[in-house]
Amino acid sequence: MLETYFPLGISQYAWGGLLVGLGISIPFIFTGLVTGVSSFYTAAWSYLLKGWFFRSAWYLKSRGWKWWLVAGLISGGLLYALAYGTPPVTTVPWWRLLLGGFLVGVGARMSGGCTSGHAICGLASLEKVSLVATIIFLTTAIVVALLTEQIFI
Amino acid sequence: MIDKITMYIGGLVFGFGLALAGATRPEIVLSFLRLEDLGLLLVIGVALLVVLVVYQGFSRILQKPPFGEAFDVHDGFPVTRRTIVGAIIFGLGWGISGICPATSLAALGTGNWPLIFAVIGIFTGTLIYGLIRTKQPPTH
Repeated sequence: MLETYFPLGISQYAWGGLLVGLGISIPFIFTGLVTGVSSFYTAAWSYLLKGWFFRSAWYLKSRGWKWWLVAGLISGGLLYALAYGTPPVTTVPWWRLLLGGFLVGVGARMSGGCTSGHAICGLASLEKVSLVATIIFLTTAIVVALLTEQIFI
Repeated sequence: MIDKITMYIGGLVFGFGLALAGATRPEIVLSFLRLEDLGLLLVIGVALLVVLVVYQGFSRILQKPPFGEAFDVHDGFPVTRRTIVGAIIFGLGWGISGICPATSLAALGTGNWPLIFAVIGIFTGTLIYGLIRTKQPPTH
């Protein structure tokens, strides 16, 4: 039963999830700030672009600490590699990463969040919009992944 | 300054957790989306439970955070056509690639270098969408 649904075991997933939850909780406990990651990408463009969408009060106010969140995420990955060794490099073709990233960027900005922003922070804030977005993007992604399995590797 | 320090420490724990769970590897994410290994559901579930208790607990016990103006928990954003279309586009991208904005960054830290293509893609997507929206009158 457990091996059917979790062929690689469950401990790394449970501990990983616990750490993800703690990492998102730490800034909130001290400062009340919510750790959505997708808005970093638009906040970074706000340094170069003058359009109202890039220059909203929220991006201008939050772009300072968002760099530190990103530095933390990269450092966390590095710390893992130093502790446990470098995991295998992905074999998913570059164009799928690029195209997927592009759609993820457009979709996150259009719907107002990503996996951490909607599925964790938004749901934990009991936001209806996050529940709707999470159900839709999860269902779409499952359908797409199952269909593309027939086309891609 | 405290916002930057706590974001760095939080991001570090967050990124380490993503790497430990294998969420920094598109193969693992895709095996979840293909329903071959439900591990990622456990990652999101456990993380959500922790954050739910912390968000709801702290914002009820304390008037305001020790080093901030207010706890940013709210249910104010309306569900619009944009929410729905955006979530479908997000799901399309996630299903094609197995990447998302946070895992791509943590993946770069682990040495999973091809994820730089995902990061470039996300930067491009947010740029194009922002430029299109900028041509329209400001709304929320």
